[in-house]
Amino acid sequence: MKTVKKRFVLNFPPQSGDKPLSYRLVKEFDISINILKAEVKPGKTGTLLLELEGTKENLKKGIAYLEENQVQCQPLKKKITFKQEQCINCGNCTGVCFTGALKMDRSNWELKFKPEKCVVCELCVPACPLNLFTIDFN
Amino acid sequence: MSVTKTYEEINRKLKEGTAVVLTAEEVSEMAKECSPAEIAEKVDVVTTATFGAMCSSGAVINFGHANPPIRMEKIRLNKVPAYEGLAAVDTYVGATAVSEENPKYGGAHVIQDLIEGKDIELEAWGKGTDCYPRKHIKTIINKDTVNEMYLFNPRNAYQNYNVAVNTTDEIKYTYMGTLLPKLKNANYSTAGELSPLLNDPEMRTIGIGTRIFLGGTEGFVTWQGTQFHTTKEKNELGVPVTNAATIAVIGNLKAMSSEFISAAYYEKYGTSLFVGIGVPIPVLDEDIAKRVSIRNEQIETTILDYGSAGTPSLGRTNYAELQSGSIKINGQKVRTAPVASLQKARKIANILKEKLQAGEFEVTKPVQMFPTGTSLNSLKEVEEEN
Ligand code: SF4
Ligand code: SF4
Repeated sequence: MKTVKKRFVLNFPPQSGDKPLSYRLVKEFDISINILKAEVKPGKTGTLLLELEGTKENLKKGIAYLEENQVQCQPLKKKITFKQEQCINCGNCTGVCFTGALKMDRSNWELKFKPEKCVVCELCVPACPLNLFTIDFN
Repeated sequence: MSVTKTYEEINRKLKEGTAVVLTAEEVSEMAKECSPAEIAEKVDVVTTATFGAMCSSGAVINFGHANPPIRMEKIRLNKVPAYEGLAAVDTYVGATAVSEENPKYGGAHVIQDLIEGKDIELEAWGKGTDCYPRKHIKTIINKDTVNEMYLFNPRNAYQNYNVAVNTTDEIKYTYMGTLLPKLKNANYSTAGELSPLLNDPEMRTIGIGTRIFLGGTEGFVTWQGTQFHTTKEKNELGVPVTNAATIAVIGNLKAMSSEFISAAYYEKYGTSLFVGIGVPIPVLDEDIAKRVSIRNEQIETTILDYGSAGTPSLGRTNYAELQSGSIKINGQKVRTAPVASLQKARKIANILKEKLQAGEFEVTKPVQMFPTGTSLNSLKEVEEEN
């Protein structure tokens, strides 16, 4: 079966941490989970940026299941784009990109951008001295 | 007998197309198998280069006279203040001067726009004199309307520079880039073994009058750069382990290209100018052959904490480690990132190599050498007398 990858921002209500939600996503809906970013404050709401991979049908079911359990799921609408043709390969942006989406190719010292690793933390936006990054909302 | 060559001999070979020219990276590779004596014999010129943000840069411009004429006593170029104390229509616009309306647009951007042939709004005011009656002018200039327009940078091409890190809990925005809290990254700026002043640390071939590559065209070294410090701590190979010597350079802005001059804005710091510089080093003798053979692992630099007052040192590293992607600081692995473009520096070193090989570029014997034994004064605060 063909699987798709989709990114979601999940907002958990307080005290939802004890339910094995992710376990059931994997077990029952055959969805694989990649946690891109997590912000959980004890006793408060938590936010997760996830990449879910599964069949279209299963992803739908999985999201419905999460929502039944008071977890808000929003598809990730933002993405980072950059004007590669103007890039001077200075490397400034790679210093802040902790996910490795922006890296210098050490053979030719050119910037390599792997959008699939980007968690849209937005740190590269002010870090580029040429202001080449923009956040796109789709 | 060890080999010695003169500038004239090397230039003759360059003209004939028989000279051997290598980039500093290529000669460092060659040095793994050849001795300095062999390199001195085989190689005539080594090209070095750097492409980094150099804040102490700016441009001299002469606007020409309007009719009626004005003695400009306050000058704005796209709202960026330019110096008003140079006769009637001469000015100097510094890279770090910033627009009164847009903090992200500065003198560096004016310089890039001029190179690219864009129109710039010039507004100037004067008190009006008998010989310069006009009091105000607002017009458009570009690279074709002005008379002279040349880059004149008081301090460029630092010989080595420190690595910047941040041990505090807060993000720090600096001219060395964004420094994440708690040692999450380490930023460095020098091109290592390709860097001009690291290949001739005693400046035996670089001095006043040296012909260089500057911003895509030919330029010259005019003086030692400001903050010229030749007595900093050196390692056993005679290479300073922190920022030391610098050069002042000049060149025709009209002939430059924005491929090698680029305006920059650093968050919460201000504007600066990326400048591309290439310096050819004639291999006059074995000593110079040995200097240009230096490799990244032999060039050390100091790690400074930009988050703490007085930027305390956290130890040393070298450019092989820095370019590997991570270094160790107090036992902790820290990711490294360059803030200057090695890709552009390599491109410059190669362009210069081709120009030399084609007989289109010469090596110049400096008219005068730089001073030695220099150190720096710091700014003392004098208490006001009552
Ligand atoms: S937003 Fe920028 S810094 Fe953050 S992960 Fe994506 S590419 Fe990296
Ligand atoms: S900081 Fe900007 S110019 Fe520099 S490498 Fe990254 S995208 Fe390119």
